[in-house]
This record gives sequence, structure tokens and C-alpha cells, in this order.
Amino acid sequence: MTAPPKPSLNPVPVKERMKMPRQQMPEQAAELRAANFTEVNLGYSEELARQEALRCIECAKPACTKDCPVGVKVYEFVQLIVAGDFAGAAAKIREDNVLPAITGRVCPQEDHCEGGCLMGKKVKPLGIGYLERFVADYEQRMGVRNLPNVPPSGKKVAVVGSGPSGLTVAGDLVQKGHKVRVFEALHELGGVLVYGIPEFRLPKQIIREQLDYMRDMGVEFETDVVVGRTVAIDELLEEEGYDAVFIGTGAGLPVFMNIPGEHLNGVYSANEFLTRINLMKAYKFPAYDEPMLDLHGKDVAVIGGGNTALDAIRSALRLGARKAYVLYRRSETEMPARAEEVKHAREEGIEFHMLTSPVEFLPDGVGWLGAVRCVRMELGEPDASGRRRPVPVAGSEFEIPLSVAVIAIGTSANPIVQSTTPGLGTDKRGYIQADPETQRTSRKGVFAGGDIVTGSATVILAMGAGRRAAKSIQEYLTTGEW
Amino acid sequence: MFNIVHAEFLAPGIKRFLIQAPRIARKQKPGQFVIVRIYEEGERVPLTIENSDPQKGTISIVVQSLGKTTSLLNSLGTGDHILDVVGPLGKPSEIKKFGTVVVMGGGVGTAMTYPTAAALKQAGNRIISIVGARNKELVILENEMRAVSDVLMITTDDGSYADKGFVTDKLRQLIQNGVPIDLVLAVGPIPMMRAVADMTRGERIRTLVSLNPIMIDGTGMCGGCRVLVDGKSQFACVDGPEFDAHQVNFDVLVQRNGAYRSQERQSMAEYRRELESQLKSTEAEGNGVCVVKGSTL
Ligand SMILES: Cc1cc2nc3c(=O)[nH]c(=O)nc-3n(C[C@H](O)[C@H](O)[C@H](O)COP(=O)(O)OP(=O)(O)OC[C@H]3O[C@@H](n4cnc5c(N)ncnc54)[C@H](O)[C@@H]3O)c2cc1C
Ligand code: FES
Repeated sequence: MTAPPKPSLNPVPVKERMKMPRQQMPEQAAELRAANFTEVNLGYSEELARQEALRCIECAKPACTKDCPVGVKVYEFVQLIVAGDFAGAAAKIREDNVLPAITGRVCPQEDHCEGGCLMGKKVKPLGIGYLERFVADYEQRMGVRNLPNVPPSGKKVAVVGSGPSGLTVAGDLVQKGHKVRVFEALHELGGVLVYGIPEFRLPKQIIREQLDYMRDMGVEFETDVVVGRTVAIDELLEEEGYDAVFIGTGAGLPVFMNIPGEHLNGVYSANEFLTRINLMKAYKFPAYDEPMLDLHGKDVAVIGGGNTALDAIRSALRLGARKAYVLYRRSETEMPARAEEVKHAREEGIEFHMLTSPVEFLPDGVGWLGAVRCVRMELGEPDASGRRRPVPVAGSEFEIPLSVAVIAIGTSANPIVQSTTPGLGTDKRGYIQADPETQRTSRKGVFAGGDIVTGSATVILAMGAGRRAAKSIQEYLTTGEW
Repeated sequence: MFNIVHAEFLAPGIKRFLIQAPRIARKQKPGQFVIVRIYEEGERVPLTIENSDPQKGTISIVVQSLGKTTSLLNSLGTGDHILDVVGPLGKPSEIKKFGTVVVMGGGVGTAMTYPTAAALKQAGNRIISIVGARNKELVILENEMRAVSDVLMITTDDGSYADKGFVTDKLRQLIQNGVPIDLVLAVGPIPMMRAVADMTRGERIRTLVSLNPIMIDGTGMCGGCRVLVDGKSQFACVDGPEFDAHQVNFDVLVQRNGAYRSQERQSMAEYRRELESQLKSTEAEGNGVCVVKGSTL
């Protein structure tokens, strides 16, 4: 990392900057938003963005870029905001990140760019995510397009899955002049961004705009193709003339708890619950045909402590749930969800029951869920993940009356591509094995990245993998060497 | 967009569609299904592929009007489009030489057994087909089934065609007459499949049923299609749709399929009302009826 160029454009003396408070994100009031699906965060105004950008103390060894999985040049784009060149700032981010409007909203910034920010040690870290979101939205509003202007390479690349990893590969490679086609199993593009993350956190319009941008860049999309079923990887390579394939199929399989009563009506996987709401728009029933249980006046619980769990329970609240609980078997410090989501959920009135684990779903007598029996947990020795292992407290069982339970305890690899691609190496858990540097798999010309390699992680990590894959696909296409 | 190349009614309320879907046509195997979404606001529904023609790039599906989506689908005709058709999904039927196979189709289930029956016949099995319907009008695919069967039996609930009774009556006769049966494949309404399972369990005749739980994605992603088989959770869209009939918990299947009954009724009622009001207004204008019109559906 080279030291930032001096002299600074920032008129505020560094000492003063260190005293400036972090500009708060304007948001919908909690009582209001708990009943609608409109986005919670409203976004910085130009004024707020400038104010916030001024807080950057321009340290000599900025951690922000180093800690970003795709290496966004934070210092440089923030200075462009200081200078009032918002379109330039957006272009700067786009050099490393093709989906800034999305990462600006859903990245766990506390774990990456903002985590090592020196300002965080004094006051609060620079609002890098908020600033990224601001310039991405600005670019969108102004209709700014930075379209590639490169001669066609004559090479064809197939991307399997339209989640953040696949979209990153597509966006990067189309800019190298390759013909890129993305195959998606569902009828909508975007992966978890459309079927998982709800409207109130990531408006689908944002994704549609990013996709339009990619179409303008020349990326082709084909929905309704389940690779492995509708067409095999080998057919793409041998019959359809693709020179390379990237697999970014995500970790889409829901994990159930395997406890009694899981088949009762009213017990959902988070994937089903969120897919009905987000992808199928069941919350607009009957305008949309996909039905959803009427949650008005019902008590709903989600089991789990990640982003998925919070998305599910906050959706339930918005669909009219009377009580909305999070049941999590560890304590709050171990919760993997983004800090901002936990804060928002609390403000909206979600009740958190920590150190609580369901042992049985109890019927109401007519085939529906009536209650959940739980056991209290306490934290024991650290486990493989380094977090303290929760152990049940003997004799601590209790029941919570409940109409709907949503299981959000994790996902696993969807085996369809692996089982239909001979010679594709997988690990014990069924994830695809790929080189961590090059994202190459055991099959020549086949690359993989994102959740299908790492297990469920984050948008930005999937994008980082996509970025590395695009780089090594480019290398492979130019040298032909494997 | 998927083009409907041809559409025809096989019986009142039962329609066959020939759909241009070259990728699916190339890969389809008997026992597999597609998931269809008709228009933007539509739900996703699974439908068994009856047949496919890889050369022409077409697949056929047979649809019975039951709820709003199937009724809507059946209002489409030659030249119309379906927004999404994805597949082929599910595990193909196991095709090998078993010996004597009894293929039982109840109602529209007959269309689902047809491709498997044809493939089993080709594999050298003796095929005894039992086709059942409520009445004469609803007997479908008689000629097709005859062509792939060594013996074809037909029953109607009301006796208006062929023999009065249920498909299970015929199966019972076969068993009582000591006909050696190596495999039974039964596809139809849940009560029929359950009755077949109960009948063959004691006889230790291997029996397969094709299950029809509520599905969304059809790729194993949502888990909404889970069924209880041998006490274990299975996803019908990837582990099925065919399962060992003797291991299936039909009570759980019935219970889960009923989860949205009231919403389904609401959808259907609203659809009917809309249809009626459209009919009235088009009658007033003296035009033909155009049921599918963008998002007014
Ligand atoms: C509810 C929820 C909330 C989340 N919130 C956050 C958050 O706030 N911040 C964050 O950073 N991360 C979050 N995550 C995690 C993040 O979304 C994922 O880590 C990320 O999307 C992974 O990207 P991916 O490209 O690997 O795959 P995915 O986004 O899973 O996309 C995979 C795509 O491939 C398609 N596909 C699968 N199989 C096939 C096939 N055989 N053929 C064709 N297509 C196929 C799928 O339909 C899907 O569209 C959340 C996840 C969930 C479920
Ligand atoms: S339909 Fe979603 S998992 Fe089977």
C-alpha cells in the first residue's frame, strides 16, 4: 500500500477531525418501519456524506483497504468525496467492486474496512459503508455508466449462479472483452441478494439497476437453467464452446434441526420463509399468487443468530406477528449477525432469548405448530470455531407458545453441480475444492468461488473470490496454461 | 419466455401442452418434472413431463385445472407463452428389467406414469396398466397407454366407461389371482396411492409412488417439499419425487399439502370473480374472451 498523496484536500485540521462525531445514518423510525418493507436506512445526503468524509484522518498506513476482501481504495474514494467529485468516487470504487450499492448496504463493515480504522480507537470508525452506499446511489441517480471499451477477445466464459461471486466474475471478465453468459437456476437474478435478503435491507430495485448496468456492459443472462440438470458443465465446455466455467452456486441447502415436530405446518426453513417473502412476494398476497401464512396476531420465533435469522424475524414482524423472538443457543457476543441489524431488530421490538435451544416442536392438535420446547444453555469450553461451546443445562426445559418457527441455523452445499460433473473435487462436506489463490478446481478450465467453496460466508467474501477467479480465468484464457 | 407450440384438451379440465423448451427436451428422463411460473405475479408449480422430443426441442405436460394457477394455465392456448419453465427436475425413474410391472394411474396421474411405463416396456418388462378416472369423460391417454402395455385395464368410479370401481379393485384381483408382480408404480390422488401402498405392503410387493408436495424452487433450496419417508426427512424435488410407498408417511403429506388451503380457496374465488366480470364486460362488447392479459390476471 503506497502512502496517500499529500497535501490533503481536507481543510479541517487533523486534530479537529478526531473530535468530529460519526454522522448518523438517517433511518425510518422504528415504530413505522416495523410495519413496512421499505428500506430502513435512508442514506446520507450530499451534506452528510461530505461531513463524514472530512473525518478521514488520512493515516499513513490505512487498514481499510488492506482489510477489504476486494481491496477497495477507500482513502482515494473518500478524498474524491471531500473534493465533491461523487461520480469520480463511484468510478474509483468500481475499479475493485462491481456491486457498490449492495456492499454499501450489507457488508459487515465492522469486520473489514471499518474494523481497523484508527478513528474507531478515538471516536467511531469512519462510515465507509455509508459513504460507499452514498456514492453508489449517486451514480445510479445520475445514470452514470462506465462502460468497457475493449475489443472482443473471441473467448467465451460461462458463469453458473448469479449471486455476488458470479456477478463479480461476469463484471470483471466482460471488461476484458470476453463473451460472458450467466446461468441461473431461479427465475430472478441475484442469488441470496434477491431470494434471501429482504427489501427493507436491500431494495430489489438496487439489484435490478446493478444488473441493468451489467447488461449494458454486455453480460448475457439466462434464467431457468439448473446447471447439472438442464445442462451439464461438460456440455457447456464441449458442446456450447465455453472456454472456461466459473461455479458460484452458493450454499443453498437448508439445514434442519432433526428434532421431533419439524414436519408440523408452521415450521419453516429460513430459506423457504424468506424465499416466499422476497422472491415470490408472498407478502403481497393475493396480488401475488404465492401464499404465506397470515401472521397477524401470531407468535413467531426464529432459531439462530445470523443475518438470516434476523432477516426472517424482522420480516415476520412486518407481516403482523404479535410477538417475534430470536432463540439463540449462544450469547449475544457470539451472534454472527451484522451489528447494525441487531441494533435495528432491538429497536423494532424483537425479543432476544439467548442461551436457548429448541428440543421439540409441539403440535396444536390439528397438525399445526402450537409451541416449542426449549432448553437453557450455558457456555463451556471453546469449540473448533473458537467460540465457547453451548451445553444444555439439565432440567431447564420450558415451553414457548408459538404458531410459526423459522429455522435459521445454517445451510450446506447444494450437490447438483458436483454430482453431475465427473472429476470435480469436493471436500468432506460436499463443498467444491478450489485453490484459495486462483480459485481453480480439480477440473481444467473450471473455477469456483463464494459460498459453494467456503460454506456460507458473506457477500464481500464471495465477491473477493469472484475477483480472484476472474483474474486467474483471464490468465488461463490468455496463456492457455493450467 | 417459453412458447406453447400446441395445446389441446384431453378431457374436460385436463389439457396437454406442447412447449418449446429445447434444453429440457434434450435432458428429460421419465419421472422428471418441470416447475412452471406463468406470469410475473404467479406462483411456481411443479408439473410432470409427459413426453419430450429432443429433435423438435419440445416437451409436453398435462395439466388438470384444480386451483388458480392450473386454471390459468389451462386458459392458455397455442401461440401463448409461459414465463418460466425450469427442469428437468427430480430423480428419473429407475428403468431396468424388473419382470412384471403394474402401472397405476389415477386421474391426471396417468399422464405422469406414461413416460415411465413406456421406458419400462422398452426395457423388456411386462406392463399391466390400470387407468382410473371418475367417469368416462375423464379417462385420458387410453391409446397411448395401450400402446405401451401388455394388458390395459380401465376403471371409472361411476361405471360410465369400462369397469365400475377403483384402480385398487383391479390390483386386488391381480393379487388374488396369483399374478406374480415384481413392481407396482402408482401415481394419482393421495388416497389412491395410500390405498395401493396398504394393499401391497402385506404382499411384500415393491411399490413406488410419485409424491406431489408443495414446492417452490425444485432444487433443494427451500425444504418446503420435505416429506417423511422411513421416519426421515427427504426433499421430494431432489430425493424424489418417487419414493418407496411402504415407507411414506401419507398423514404428514396430507397435512403439509393442506397448509395453504384457505389461501388457495381465496385465490381461486378471486380468480373466478375476475373471470366472471371479464366475461360480462366482454359479452357486453361482443368480443371473444381473452383471459390472459398481462398483470390483470
Ligand atoms: C438471509 C440472508 C442474509 C444475509 N445477509 C448478509 C449480509 O447482510 N451481509 C453479507 O455480507 N452477507 C449476508 N449473507 C450471506 C451472503 O448472502 C452470501 O454469503 C453470498 O450471497 C454468497 O454469494 P455466492 O455468490 O457464493 O452465492 P449465492 O448468493 O448463494 O448465489 C448462488 C446462486 O446460484 C444459483 N444456483 C445454485 N445452483 C445452481 C445451479 N445448479 N445452476 C444454476 N444456478 C444455480 C442460486 O439459485 C443462486 O442464485 C446473507 C445470507 C442470507 C441467506
Ligand atoms: S422445492 Fe424447495 S427444496 Fe424442494
